[in-house]
Amino acid sequence: MSDPTVAAGEPMLEPGADLGRDDSGRRQDRPRSLGGDAWHELRRKPTFVVSMVIILIVVLMAAFPWLWTHVDPNAADLSRVRQGPSGQAWFGYDVQGSDVFARVIYGTRASLLVGVLSTVGAVVIGGIVGILAGYHGRLTDSVLSRFADIFAGMPFVLGAIVILMTFNAPGSNPGEVRIVTQVVLSIAVLSWPVAMRIMRAATLVAKQQDYVKAARGLGAGPLRIIVRHLLPNTVAPVLVYATISLGANIGAEATLSYLGIGLRPPVVSWGVMISDAKDYFTVAPHMLLFPAAFVSITVLAFVMLGDAVRDAFDPKSR
Amino acid sequence: MGRYVLRRLLQLIPVFLGTTFIIYTLVWAIPVDPFAGKCGQRPCPPAYVAAMRAKFNLDDNLFVQYVKYLGRLFTGDFGQTFSGTDVSTLIANAYPITVRLAVVALVIEALVGMTAGVLTGLRKNGFADNLVLVATLMLISLPVFVTGYILRGLFGTPRGTSFVDLIVPGIVLGSLSMAYVSRLTRTSIAENRRADFVRTAIAKGLPTSRVVGVHLLRNSVIPVITFLGTDLGALMGGAIVTEGVFNIRGIGGLVFTNIQQQQGVVVTGVVTLLVLVYLVMSLVVDLLYAVLDPRIRYE
Amino acid sequence: MSTVYDGESGEFVPPQEIAAAQDESLLQVLGLQVEFRTRDGVAKVLNGVSYHVNAGETLAVLGESGSGKSVTAQAIMGILDTPPAFVTGGSVTFKGEELLTASAERRRMVRGEGIAMIFQDALSALNPVFTVGFQIAEQLRLRRGMGKAQARAAAIELLEQVRIPHAAGRFGDYPHQFSGGMRQRVMIAMALALDPEVLIADEPTTALDVTVQAQIMDLLAEIQRERAMGLVLITHDLGVVAEVADRIAVMYAGRIVESGGAREIYRRPGHPYTVALLESLPRLDLKGQQLNTIKGLPPSLTDIPPGCPFHPRCRLAQDICRRQVPEPVPLDAARSSACHFTGELMDRV
Repeated sequence: MSDPTVAAGEPMLEPGADLGRDDSGRRQDRPRSLGGDAWHELRRKPTFVVSMVIILIVVLMAAFPWLWTHVDPNAADLSRVRQGPSGQAWFGYDVQGSDVFARVIYGTRASLLVGVLSTVGAVVIGGIVGILAGYHGRLTDSVLSRFADIFAGMPFVLGAIVILMTFNAPGSNPGEVRIVTQVVLSIAVLSWPVAMRIMRAATLVAKQQDYVKAARGLGAGPLRIIVRHLLPNTVAPVLVYATISLGANIGAEATLSYLGIGLRPPVVSWGVMISDAKDYFTVAPHMLLFPAAFVSITVLAFVMLGDAVRDAFDPKSR
Repeated sequence: MGRYVLRRLLQLIPVFLGTTFIIYTLVWAIPVDPFAGKCGQRPCPPAYVAAMRAKFNLDDNLFVQYVKYLGRLFTGDFGQTFSGTDVSTLIANAYPITVRLAVVALVIEALVGMTAGVLTGLRKNGFADNLVLVATLMLISLPVFVTGYILRGLFGTPRGTSFVDLIVPGIVLGSLSMAYVSRLTRTSIAENRRADFVRTAIAKGLPTSRVVGVHLLRNSVIPVITFLGTDLGALMGGAIVTEGVFNIRGIGGLVFTNIQQQQGVVVTGVVTLLVLVYLVMSLVVDLLYAVLDPRIRYE
Repeated sequence: MSTVYDGESGEFVPPQEIAAAQDESLLQVLGLQVEFRTRDGVAKVLNGVSYHVNAGETLAVLGESGSGKSVTAQAIMGILDTPPAFVTGGSVTFKGEELLTASAERRRMVRGEGIAMIFQDALSALNPVFTVGFQIAEQLRLRRGMGKAQARAAAIELLEQVRIPHAAGRFGDYPHQFSGGMRQRVMIAMALALDPEVLIADEPTTALDVTVQAQIMDLLAEIQRERAMGLVLITHDLGVVAEVADRIAVMYAGRIVESGGAREIYRRPGHPYTVALLESLPRLDLKGQQLNTIKGLPPSLTDIPPGCPFHPRCRLAQDICRRQVPEPVPLDAARSSACHFTGELMDRV
């Protein structure tokens, strides 16, 4: 009965015949909420559908790589080093003689993991600091904003180089978990101020809404105001940022690996493959282009998704 | 206005100190011995190590080291490498090249991005709009080194470091921002073209070129110019990948080689300089905003 | 830009009446039809609007929000946002010249010089990043070919005419530095810059304080008299209309439902909607009584009811009103009303 789609199929009853049914029938007439409206808008957008399909494929590749290839990504055969694409190996072989297609599939997991975790990290740190700064204002805002400025002022790539080189002196060989954690933290630490600014700005706007003032007037505590009244209104812009930034962070992983300071073997990631391939670009471009294409398409999907979601939540853009 | 500038300058000081202190700590708190391998095959003689430790104040605690470093920095002394080269000389050789590259990138992204943004903003959902949309999506999703390799494959590495030589690397460096500029301009133009003041300008009987070129554009470039201002600093900091791909000897390469050689003093010097550029540019952008939009008042 | 009426769409169908009505009004609108084509459907915003204004005359266009008053004005000026708005029929003539089929350049020349317009919200209608002096002088320089100093002097003179104190000193101020009333004066000065023959004022006082409203209305009335301009005053304020209007056109759901001399309409309204409008005006002599309001809402323009669009809210509605759209019926030389029961209504009063 509470499901409006069920009620829609029922014949109209006489008014007052059954109060419960009458109520569920009336739900149909209720205007859609902003969220519902946005969802309705999104489903009709081709960019949204395309990006969701790509993301689904990427997630499946990360979760179940063996579904896509039976070749062992680490099997090396020096007799076929740097061979180009063929029917045997669609994407050719790399400098170790490993199958590039299999490595691209198996590399999805690490690349996606770094992208997701660093985004979550940045959004959680930035979101909390931003909402606190926006809600409390005054001195708290000043201190937190300056604190964020400290990290915003660091150049991204140079900052990451300094951090990662400090914790892993050249020539050292950090473990798999350790290097992934370090790369994730470096990206998060250098990018959280953006999430913080977005959250702070959204909070400042939401705080001025009359119902928030009313809730405060009625004696609601800060935690309740933040969770019940501010968050629902500030989460949309941060989510849009998170989606686009997830793509950007996958690209950042590739860039850091390309510079030789990000993930490194035995971890397989798109960035690691690109790093391995860069010195052979002129003789064997396929080694670089295939993982780079996967990076690009994945980034593209997340950017398109973010665009679509933003447009759907912004009635002005229609 | 004067008081506002003063307040902003005061705000910059803790940010500058915070950023540089973190970088200094990271660079100098390296857990490994900075002198390993500095003296050929054998370990360095104790006298040399002692002298070096004294020179870099390595026996002080980190905070005191930092304050001493900062004190020298304010007299214009960036310090010396372990081998005795002045860091300021190294920076003076590399920095102008990076600045030139960043400026070339900025000019290209501003020209191309704004033109594309204006054209698409005026004719939303037309063919050109969709073309530019796809192009910007491509630029945003291609990692810089991929764009770099492709253009290097087509045009080769630059012969020198003149502005003309740096055009191709500049396109690569500015490509991501170019996409942002065009999107920002497009949104801004599309928002403003239905604005009441544009309608007034038309109702006044002004020619279309003037309505668009003066009334619409002047209002729409405000966010774009502020973006370009903050981007200059970001371009310098991000030039490292482009410099690597095109073999340009700017500060990116300088930092990279010196981190590998544990030359912390060079790294801190370059990063400090970049932080300074970023902070000054953000102040300039704030002030520029007031010039561009008379409604903004700084009390 | 989006402003130009074009024959591109090919859907422009001039109605037959045009040939019939070629009298020498300064500005004449005949059977104007405009629709908004949106994703949610086509809204017929104007369904054959006709009115005219002569030199030295004030026409008040009355109606609720959404009745199409402003759209008519924008169609006359050629500043509709196209898309979504499209002119699909009718005619607009200025001094006998058809504007809807005129070239873009010709229409531009008419704007400002032939017909000028002032808008409701001067704060958003003035460009925030240019000084008011620049915005007024701009037209003089571009359209009159004046030099910088000459345009400046002329602009200051205009500011003085609309009685802005210390006009010379305020030439370099930005719109946000003026009060609401002063800003509307700037707007009026700008509209007068090219000495137009017709001035369209789209709710010029709605955004202002009540005390300032009267001053602006007085200024407009005075300027209209001095320059013998035709003034089209778009408003929903009946009090304003009684003071300054020579004639009235009442709009409802994209149609003119009644038009005629202001005094006659006030004395003996010929359309139930006009009656309802007049009754909803608070009156001191009826203090303490319940104020009459018009029940219901104006119809959605995507879904105008069949027959007379006012029938769902009309006290006199009969079967015929649900079936047949009432045509405007001339009551005398200067008056007409579009109601099946105009006769009964006017006899009763």
